[in-house]
Amino acid sequence: MRTPIAYFLLLAGLLFAMGTVGVLVNRNALRIFMSVELQLNAVNLTLVAFARMHNDLTGQVLAFFSMVVAAAEVVVGLAIIVSIYRRRRSVDVDDIREMRW
Amino acid sequence: MLWLIPALPLAVAVLNLLVGKRLGRWAGVLATLAVAVSFAISVAAVADLLGRPAEERLALQHLFDWISVGGFRVGADLRLDALSATMILVITGIGALIHLYSIGYMAQDPRRGRFFAYLNLFVFFMLMLVLGANYLVLYLGWEGVGLCSFLLIGFWSDKVANAEAAKKAFITTRIGDTLMLIGLATLVFTFGTLDFVPIFGTASSVLTKDAATVIALLLFAGAIGKSAQLPLQVWLPDAMAGPTPVSALIHAATMVTAGVYLVIRSHVLFEVSGVALTVVLVIGVATALFAATCAIAQVDIKRVLAYSTISQLGYMFIAVGMRAYAVAMFFLVAHAFYKALMFLGAGSVIHGMHDEQDMRQMGGLRKVMPITFVTFLVGALAQAGIPPLAGFFAKDALLEVAQHSGRTAVYALGTLAAFLTAFYLGRMLIMTFFGSARSEKAEVAHESSPLLWIPLAILAVGVAFAGVLELSPDGRLASYLEPVTGVMREGTGLSFLALAGIAVAVAIVSLAIAWWVYGSGRIDPNTFRARMEPMATAAQHGWYVDRAYDVVFIQPAKALARLTGDVVDAKVIDGAVNGVAGLVKRAASGGRLIQTGFVRTYALVLFVGAVAVLGYIGVRV
Repeated sequence: MRTPIAYFLLLAGLLFAMGTVGVLVNRNALRIFMSVELQLNAVNLTLVAFARMHNDLTGQVLAFFSMVVAAAEVVVGLAIIVSIYRRRRSVDVDDIREMRW
Repeated sequence: MLWLIPALPLAVAVLNLLVGKRLGRWAGVLATLAVAVSFAISVAAVADLLGRPAEERLALQHLFDWISVGGFRVGADLRLDALSATMILVITGIGALIHLYSIGYMAQDPRRGRFFAYLNLFVFFMLMLVLGANYLVLYLGWEGVGLCSFLLIGFWSDKVANAEAAKKAFITTRIGDTLMLIGLATLVFTFGTLDFVPIFGTASSVLTKDAATVIALLLFAGAIGKSAQLPLQVWLPDAMAGPTPVSALIHAATMVTAGVYLVIRSHVLFEVSGVALTVVLVIGVATALFAATCAIAQVDIKRVLAYSTISQLGYMFIAVGMRAYAVAMFFLVAHAFYKALMFLGAGSVIHGMHDEQDMRQMGGLRKVMPITFVTFLVGALAQAGIPPLAGFFAKDALLEVAQHSGRTAVYALGTLAAFLTAFYLGRMLIMTFFGSARSEKAEVAHESSPLLWIPLAILAVGVAFAGVLELSPDGRLASYLEPVTGVMREGTGLSFLALAGIAVAVAIVSLAIAWWVYGSGRIDPNTFRARMEPMATAAQHGWYVDRAYDVVFIQPAKALARLTGDVVDAKVIDGAVNGVAGLVKRAASGGRLIQTGFVRTYALVLFVGAVAVLGYIGVRV
């Protein structure tokens, strides 16, 4: 018996929620990044689940795209964080508030 | 060849404007030559005109199409007929003499090149005014002479008073000019053209009495301004701030007579109206008397002459109002001669007195300035109406018309004004030339150079013999002008001898009284004047008309200007603009608080926004 899709989607939703909370609550830039990864993985799970539901490989292909983009994003994001760390010796996002009124 | 007459002064005016400074004293010589040659051509043109029979005395010249819009056409057209011929001879003839005089008078002035340029420009515009064959060319000249008058009155612009006088002259005449322009517009509206021939030809059939009255009065308003009649006479006495040749040419002989010319030229319109002629007559009488009373109390020699001019112009309008156009023209010509003569003579006196114009400082000048004295005397006696000088014939003809046409009131008031005229002339003569010198300047005064007294002499001769032109309402000038003015109705009344006798008697008695008060030494003039107070001071200040205008018009206008400037402009308009700016500023300073720079805030907003959009889509689906 196939597992009902709802479980997949529920799991993905929970993961996404945890990721969102992580993005909003954390001060450490790396932790925020890890939460974003969590969100992305939740989205990938959703896509594959729907692919299984419709017996259509489009979802899985889309998940591949998403993973590629996630990887690129990690590269760029980590580069920015490293450069910020080198300047300030800290990765606390609350301290980065120059672009304000 | 008509166009040459105004073209020469224009050309030399432009020349003097461009290179006048480098020409030095040749500026004046060239300017005089331009007007003199214009005079010669005018004489030739008029002689040609006179050689033809009376019905053919008309020369027209079309220069170019000026305005051609839809069905409305105005050409730059010149017209030489009996009326304009008389005017151009006066303008160029007396103009040339005054230019000659100016060479000497302005010899020390570094800006004389510009002076002669303006003077020539004035002659050009005045010629265009009288040579125009339609109202638009006339108006071109009209405005042009107003401009030149402004430029010349304020010629010595370093003194504020002169600039103020120039402004006053221009603004006052502007009031008349604007009304005249409305009159011109009404003419276009009614006739579809501005040419004299069609307008005067069809006026009686096209115009109702009321329409004619409106148009005629609007045109007369322009004349009131230009000719300094009541109630717009206030600019002329102040215009004496300009150099004396200017006063002689513009404010005695030519520009101020433009109003008389206009009304005579438009007499058809005035006659259709009837009422308009009465208005002209009434204003003429009122002005003649008003100005004569003011002239009696003046102490500045030029102001006496200024008020005298206003008064004499009033006389001309009296003649016009009685339809005695030929008499008015003769008066105009005679007045041009003797008034220009007296103004130039006054200039000579002022020059000799080293720029002193107050008659109370003069006295006994006849011994040190004999030529000036004799010529001035001729002019003054002419204006007073002593035969056989020109003024006598003019004034007598005018009073004769009044008496013969049953206008007894006009006759009486005219004679009263003549009495006052002779009195103030006598007073002026005696205070200036007789008695003993009352100041040091008068003691060291000297006669002027020949450049100054030769024109005086020529004018004096003209004054003495101009009576030849006209001896009665149906005299030579009248029949010559008939094609333009129409035949004048004659009436009956006292005989010529009776009228002449009364007029001469009045003049002589008045002169005698002036002698008694000012010359005989038996009455102290100061006590005499003190007994006339406060009327004497009122008369000296022009019966405070200036003050009245100041209170009624000028101060409210200034207050309105202040209100507009300080309140409306500064508070309302600037307030609105600044208020909008302030509003934007406040909104922005409120709005910028969004930008906290706090990353986590942005992330939250991002999240909330995404939820909102998805929620919306979810609800819709």
